[in-house]
Amino acid sequence: MIELLTQPWPWYVAGPLIGLIIPLLLIFGNKTFGFSSNFRHFCAACIPTNLTFFKYNWKKEGGWNLIFLVGTIIGGFIGGFLLMNPEPIVLSQGTVQTLSTEMGITDFTGFVPSEIFNWETLATPTGIIVLALGGFLIGFGTRYAGGCTSGHAISGLANLQLASLIAVIGFFIGGLLMTYIILPALL
Amino acid sequence: MKFSEILRYLFFGILFGFVLVKSEVISWFRIQEMFLFDSFHMYGIIGSAVLVGLISIQLIKKFNIKDSNGDPIVISPKDPSTVRRYIIGGTIFGLGWSMVGACPAPLFILLGSGLSIFIIPIAFAAFGTWVYGATMHKLPH
Repeated sequence: MIELLTQPWPWYVAGPLIGLIIPLLLIFGNKTFGFSSNFRHFCAACIPTNLTFFKYNWKKEGGWNLIFLVGTIIGGFIGGFLLMNPEPIVLSQGTVQTLSTEMGITDFTGFVPSEIFNWETLATPTGIIVLALGGFLIGFGTRYAGGCTSGHAISGLANLQLASLIAVIGFFIGGLLMTYIILPALL
Repeated sequence: MKFSEILRYLFFGILFGFVLVKSEVISWFRIQEMFLFDSFHMYGIIGSAVLVGLISIQLIKKFNIKDSNGDPIVISPKDPSTVRRYIIGGTIFGLGWSMVGACPAPLFILLGSGLSIFIIPIAFAAFGTWVYGATMHKLPH
């Protein structure tokens, strides 16, 4: 049983479970699944300004989502710490090859390359760009596009929203540019 | 909010976070693998999640299923009157998604797994959202 909870799950188990979050939130709460609004709720709650975009009742509109967010942190702790998979992720050979030759990645253990994602790297130009600018682009871009992977790629597409399909095309334009051109030049 | 509601959303969040860890969606390596088109894994996850969501929504609409309080279920649509904001905003997000190897929820899931450094992209994502709120009237939508 414990082994079932520590080992990685195949896509055909994980994907449908993620999809089920949509009807669960709709039926038990009447909420449309989407995660990135939480950054807006943060700003509305913590950065007092006169901006109309942040003037709304964040507790009423976003309270449930902020609690959901706390849940994801706990889920990460249970799944990624308490019940951590001790084995490195089984990546395709092509990806390992590309990441090591084009981006100089050597450590393939854990969820993220330890060379980039650590507190020491934060003091280097690469660290600032990846961690700070990367985070900025996520927060700015999701709000500009009106949703992230959960709001557009999962619930938007599931609800047959053309806007979401366009946003997902945008996600891939940006992602492909980064993976094929910018990251190899940066790392 | 009632205590039972708090527990409910907390539970959904835990479930979501746990599944995203076990499916390795929160991995920077998996995101690169997806953009490199080297594995079906991420496409299988997103595709099957969309399929289950789509069937659920169709069933809810067809049978007019009510929520647990007996109220009609309302699904907020995305604004269809524009294309520009989705392409521009989407591309900006895509750049960040591949760079950090995480979309918004995984940033928090990674933090929960013990990677404290993820507080930095989280803080800057909140700042990015604030800058959007401050400049949105000057941006093409």
